Amino acid sequence: MTGWTKQRVPGMRSAVGDEVVAGVEAFAESWATAIIGTSYVPMTKAEVVDHLRGLTDLLVGALLTEPFRTAAAHEVGIRLVEAHFTGTETLDRTIQLMGDELLGELRRDGDPVLYSRIAALQGALAAGYAQSLRERTLDEQEAIREAVLDARDHAEAALRASEARFRAVFAEAAIGMGISDTDGNVLEVNQSLQDMLGYPASELRQRNLRSLMHEDDVASVWEFYEELVRGERDHFRVEKRFKRRDNQSVWTHLTISLVRDDDGRPAYQVAMVEDVTDRHLLQNRLRYQALHDPLTGLPNRALFLERLGKAFDTSVVSARVGLCYLDLDGFKVINDSLGHDIGDQLLVAVARRLDESVSGDGMLVARMGGDEFVILMEGSTGTQSIVDVADRVLTSLTGPVRIDGHELSVSASIGIVERAIEGTTSADVMRDADITLYWAKADGKSRWALYDPERNAREVARFTLSATMPAALERDEFYVDYQPLVRLEDSKILGVEALVRWQHPEFGRLAPDRFIELAEETGLIVPLGRWVLRKACQQARRWLDAFGDATPFVSVNLAVRQSRDPALVADVRQILAEAALPPHLLQLELTESAIMGTADEPLEALRALSDMGVRIAIDDFGTGYSNLAYLRHLPVHELKIAGSFMEGLRAADGADPVDAQIVSTLVSLAHALGLTVTAEGVETPAQAERLRRIGCDAGQGWLFARPGPPDHIEPLFS
Amino acid sequence: MWVREGSEVERPSWAPVDVDVSRPSSARVYDYYLGGAHNFAVDRAVAEQTLRLMPGLDQVMRLNRAFLRRSVRMLVRSGVTQFLDLGAGIPTAGNVHEVAQAENPAARVLYVDVDPVAVAHSNTMLAGNERAAALQADIRDPKRIFDEAQRGGVLELDRPVAVLMNFVLHFVPDSDDPEGVVAVYRQLMSEGSYLVLSHAGFDSESDPPSGWASAVDLYDREVSVLHFRRSDRVARLFSGFDLLEPGVVRLPLWRPDPDEEVPGDAHRYLGFAGVGRKPCR
Repeated sequence: MTGWTKQRVPGMRSAVGDEVVAGVEAFAESWATAIIGTSYVPMTKAEVVDHLRGLTDLLVGALLTEPFRTAAAHEVGIRLVEAHFTGTETLDRTIQLMGDELLGELRRDGDPVLYSRIAALQGALAAGYAQSLRERTLDEQEAIREAVLDARDHAEAALRASEARFRAVFAEAAIGMGISDTDGNVLEVNQSLQDMLGYPASELRQRNLRSLMHEDDVASVWEFYEELVRGERDHFRVEKRFKRRDNQSVWTHLTISLVRDDDGRPAYQVAMVEDVTDRHLLQNRLRYQALHDPLTGLPNRALFLERLGKAFDTSVVSARVGLCYLDLDGFKVINDSLGHDIGDQLLVAVARRLDESVSGDGMLVARMGGDEFVILMEGSTGTQSIVDVADRVLTSLTGPVRIDGHELSVSASIGIVERAIEGTTSADVMRDADITLYWAKADGKSRWALYDPERNAREVARFTLSATMPAALERDEFYVDYQPLVRLEDSKILGVEALVRWQHPEFGRLAPDRFIELAEETGLIVPLGRWVLRKACQQARRWLDAFGDATPFVSVNLAVRQSRDPALVADVRQILAEAALPPHLLQLELTESAIMGTADEPLEALRALSDMGVRIAIDDFGTGYSNLAYLRHLPVHELKIAGSFMEGLRAADGADPVDAQIVSTLVSLAHALGLTVTAEGVETPAQAERLRRIGCDAGQGWLFARPGPPDHIEPLFS
Repeated sequence: MWVREGSEVERPSWAPVDVDVSRPSSARVYDYYLGGAHNFAVDRAVAEQTLRLMPGLDQVMRLNRAFLRRSVRMLVRSGVTQFLDLGAGIPTAGNVHEVAQAENPAARVLYVDVDPVAVAHSNTMLAGNERAAALQADIRDPKRIFDEAQRGGVLELDRPVAVLMNFVLHFVPDSDDPEGVVAVYRQLMSEGSYLVLSHAGFDSESDPPSGWASAVDLYDREVSVLHFRRSDRVARLFSGFDLLEPGVVRLPLWRPDPDEEVPGDAHRYLGFAGVGRKPCR
């Protein structure tokens, strides 16, 4: 764009003298100062001066050369513009400077010829400048307009390319796409969508989106749609079914986006539709598989728990739920003896019978695993309805099942829970049903049991007690009370029965009936019994020291398990020795069943104890089954007649003849065998008097004294 | 399909830019101030109006162009052969490739401008010049510019390059993080590269030129929003570069030509300039 020449007019130096050279130099300097800054020129000031010196040479050359011609000045005007001296003031200042200073700098002031030549050169320069600037301006205007056209072409080409790309994307996309206006009129659809719905574009374009509603659409789909069309939502994404032209359903993931106009008003909606039918079917199958038992085809544990959870989600305050928890009786035996294949077939048959005998809304039969099944009754109306179900189920299982030539009898036990949903949880219901099933099994199988909160509370308490008993023994929470055995003839105290108590930190004072049975079950009875025996012996020894010959014997209960404990004899011997108690001051009480049911070994133990001098009594005599023939061979010294026989002897005015006869017979029998007799549960003077008349040796009961600590009964000894 | 008769679907942001000559363009206004005729009536009207509000504005533009000439010439003489001119505007007197190739014919230049007209004109003018080309891009997208520059073959960006940002960053608002934009360029530039930068603004200790506020208002409204910045802020744009002497100074004070008379009121000129070098580690 630039282009200037440093070339001087040839022959100048020879034609003019040093004065001219100096004048040119001075004028160029002034010229530069005058026009720098009138427009942008990409030169340093020195370069500008250099450039203008060349132009001054041209002007001066023309001025002083014969014949006079103005072409050089015209050229100077052109070259100024070429150097980008394009400002409006450039020419103004140049013309002015030429007139004012050029002749002066050349020391040729006042020369009228040169003066008129200056005017001519000014005119030529101005003409050259104007012509050049005009051309340059027109060129640049042309160039910028060209540039605008180029830029537009470029932009439009790019837009066309991008539109073509988009059309291709739309047309070729594997995903179904459609555009409709805000009224739902379909405007454009691509091939994929046509294929998916089975309609040609021409038909789809005549339809409204709302006509593509499916009867199974969830309400939210169309709520979202209305919100979108109103401009309250920019897009939404749902799973939706469409009905194809051939009436088949196609499952899709549908995304609808709102396109707004420049003012933000809803203009179009763009739908993207992905066919997920295969995935949906697969999901359904997987879900079915995940929620059903493959063997029986019944709903499995997961589905059952889901339904149970949903039943508890209800907002109906009074809603109730019923549950049968069923377990086959003796299934393991069948499995073990006939093989798993038969076992599995049996389960299938049972499942079918269950399914057939349970039907109706809100009913669900599920296999929990193994041979356990559940029946859920949602919206139960009361206990009877679920009990009826359990009865039907038990009845349905009564007929034998034929499998591979085997005729199998099958029964089941059922735990039933039926209650209001409020105040309970699905986990509570499951746990209680499980417990109740256990009760049904324990009560004899092939039956149902209904959940009983009191029974459950008892069992929980029993469990708590049995779990805390070992620690209680270590912490000395047990203690012993004593109750006298009184000779009826003269009211002398012959012996005292040691009765163990538990001062429980939580439940308070507990009588033996609350924990002895538990202790028997857990085996803790052995150490507990030993502990009571030691306490009683130590107490007897203290009494012996205090009362001498008046000291009664202590009578200590021996539980069945204790009587069979091989260490029994050694334990008794050691305890007596430790307490230094003469053996005849100890009596051991055993129940009929403990003595009669015993094999040889325990009997040996009793003989050894008896030989040692320890008294043996049969407790609660008359309530069990005694082999009377056997009785005479046993090492027994005393019978204690159970308190239940005393009831008939209670009244002051006349006794029950049967009870009286029984007691009388028992006393006669005992005496015939050489045994003494103590009646338990004596509460009235009339009872005592009757017993005395019958010939009963001793009595025990509230009439004489209640069980109490040693110091309460000691006053009675003397 | 996308556009239906009667109304228009909004054009995606990445579609080609519009060519709208009914509005003034900063490139054409700049050309007018430099004495060019690559402009339209709307451009000249705004330029004249602004100039009336703030006499001397054209002088500032010319000082900026002179700084460009001085800095490019200096860099070519120190051996730089590649230039990336960001916000180059419309080709006019003293284009970078002319200044540089006058000193070293092997010098290479890539012009970048967001104005499609400026770029179209540059490409027309540069047709046949293997060592210069123009690219339409937003300077806030350094990665794209470097990618395209490398792909176009004009520049070899694994070698030092002078990145020119003359009177362009004041079009970038603080919200677009001009420091961050420059930092990305710095990371992309190879060691030993240069940053040449000029920026409109003034410091509080010097009075702003009379009429500047209304001039800027007009320019903001009609052409493009200007973001004046103080010299310390301009100096911060050079962080990570070693600033060459004399640092960030008023436009005419940056290494004036030896015979140049620096105006006495140069310290009040609206605009700062500086050159920095990315150090070699």
